[in-house]
Amino acid sequence: MKGIVASPGIAIGEVFLLEKVNIELDLTPLAEHKIQEEIEGLKKAIAKTKQQLEEIKQRTLETLGPEKAEIFNAHIMILDDFSFYKSIAANIKMKKLKAEVALDGAIKEICVMFETIDDEYMRERALDIKDVGTRLLYNLAGVENISLKDLPREVIVVANDLTPSDTVQIENDKVLGFVTELGGRTSHTAIIARTLEIPAVVGVQDITNIVKNGDILIVNGLDGTIIVNPSEDELQKYKQKRQEYIEERKELVKYKNLPAVTRDGRRVEISANIATPADVEGVIKNGAEGIGLFRTEFLYMNRDVLPSEAEQLEAYAEVATKMKEHLVIIRTMDIGGDKNIPYLNFPEELNPFLGWRAIRMCLDKPEILKTQLRAILRASKYGNLAIMYPMITGITEVRKANSILATVKQELRADGISFDEGIKVGIMVETPAAAMIADKIIKEVDFFSIGTNDLTQYTLAVDRCNEKIANLYQPFHPAVLRLIKQVIEASHKYNKWTGMCGEFAGDERGVLLLIGMGLDEFSMGAISIPNIKKTIRNLSFREMKKVAEKALNMTTPEEVIKYLDTIINRTTLNL
Amino acid sequence: MIKRTVTINNTTGLHARPASLFVKTANKFKSAITIEKDERKGDAKSIIGVLSIGAGKGAQVTIKAAGEDENLAVGQLAELLNSFDE
Repeated sequence: MKGIVASPGIAIGEVFLLEKVNIELDLTPLAEHKIQEEIEGLKKAIAKTKQQLEEIKQRTLETLGPEKAEIFNAHIMILDDFSFYKSIAANIKMKKLKAEVALDGAIKEICVMFETIDDEYMRERALDIKDVGTRLLYNLAGVENISLKDLPREVIVVANDLTPSDTVQIENDKVLGFVTELGGRTSHTAIIARTLEIPAVVGVQDITNIVKNGDILIVNGLDGTIIVNPSEDELQKYKQKRQEYIEERKELVKYKNLPAVTRDGRRVEISANIATPADVEGVIKNGAEGIGLFRTEFLYMNRDVLPSEAEQLEAYAEVATKMKEHLVIIRTMDIGGDKNIPYLNFPEELNPFLGWRAIRMCLDKPEILKTQLRAILRASKYGNLAIMYPMITGITEVRKANSILATVKQELRADGISFDEGIKVGIMVETPAAAMIADKIIKEVDFFSIGTNDLTQYTLAVDRCNEKIANLYQPFHPAVLRLIKQVIEASHKYNKWTGMCGEFAGDERGVLLLIGMGLDEFSMGAISIPNIKKTIRNLSFREMKKVAEKALNMTTPEEVIKYLDTIINRTTLNL
Repeated sequence: MIKRTVTINNTTGLHARPASLFVKTANKFKSAITIEKDERKGDAKSIIGVLSIGAGKGAQVTIKAAGEDENLAVGQLAELLNSFDE
């Protein structure tokens, strides 16, 4: 079996299926004498569920604090709610239903009641009840309850897909690898896996039906191969491969603290992308010279209210302090698209990637952006921060955002709060529109950072979450390459710089082209840094300029890739 | 029977956490207590009942209590709702 490589490395371990189990409901009416038994079963399942929730609450209390644990108190209360119990018990007794069916009916009844609530956020509280209901249903049916936060031992997680809220619960030391059915190299799972340096293969069709819990799995995050229940020979072979890979990583470590300079003296910055302050450790470990993309969405996820200025300030200041004089580019919140948040009352959208997301939402609800900008500015005195707006399509958006920034600065001055007056502001170039008018936008900002994941998706009209068209997602498409070139040139013309924080910057073949095109900063998952530094140190800027020129004149992505592969082979042979 | 109307002031409304506090408090009283918003009515001693009225930010809710400690119940519950001003 084969999938798409999402994060490199080799994992060998036991399967842990994270699946949303579909429990078959048995609708046969109960015999009279079975009713009492069914009620007893229900009581037992409730007790068990309660015990599980207490345990989760306790652990959350210890790891994440009382505020996050409070939600489980509410869950326990829902479970304890006499009206909930009464309606299930009544269904069992009166309608002679099995407990699972009775419970399912009770949950549905409650959900119907919630559906008519006019406040969307309150309407979604039905999810809490469904959550508790599902847990109880699993216990009634004797199915194991599964969550990534209470993994019993080291496992390889196999799932249809992982949601952002699944992945924040991951215990790093328990997950050896990931395999998912959905997703591509830029899916959420892939990005998280690379951040955590866990081998991952995505886009493996039907894997959740092929494996079962306890199967032994080999995940080859080097070529995308998946082997279920390997033979002794295969096992030995892969154990050795894993060892070799670990050795190779050690070898690369030598490059991590060397500057990224081409053989003929062109020096570029190598930075890392991070998703939480905890990632900074890996950034420093892998020798990044800055943070080219600090995603701030984690602050907004898995909670009931917007993060306060103080909370945000703490997170930004932590990263700024740890990174000292190195540049940290904070991207303002990029919610929307595939990242939804219940408390923001998102509309149902037919095309969320073309919808109300990122800067569009922030300009609609300026108080959200204001709070974030205030926190960033206040944190700016602890290090070297820059601000970056996502999803820009035109000048007006940049001007509006900058005018909000100017207001916030003015307010801070009035309050006597100091901040870095020289803080730099840039935009993510991730829409073809922004790339096309880069020469105009650059006059309003200090730098560009190209987000190739979205730029590719928007340029080629390919949904990067749709595995059916994953083969059409081609960052090496000449259309994408030309846009990249145009953006870099526009910035240089005004003596400004362009970075890249998309996956492309951490791709060896991409780096050849990007060096040739004159990219100034490469930001990637920290794990790729040593290898990319090594690659760059073996290149000649002059040669790569010619390579890029030639590639830009090619007609198909395949042609470009083939050409770049021959260049890589030649460069490697020259070592 | 005693009743009092209060406005929900916290940003996310009477959601899981405030609702659970509300229900805990309601259960300390012997009176029968309901909480109502427009046409929706819920048992104040049941979290599902309280959540199901869907009282978001700015909602006006009416607490009604009938029983020996009705005065105290309505007073304390109204005060609690007012204190949710996050």
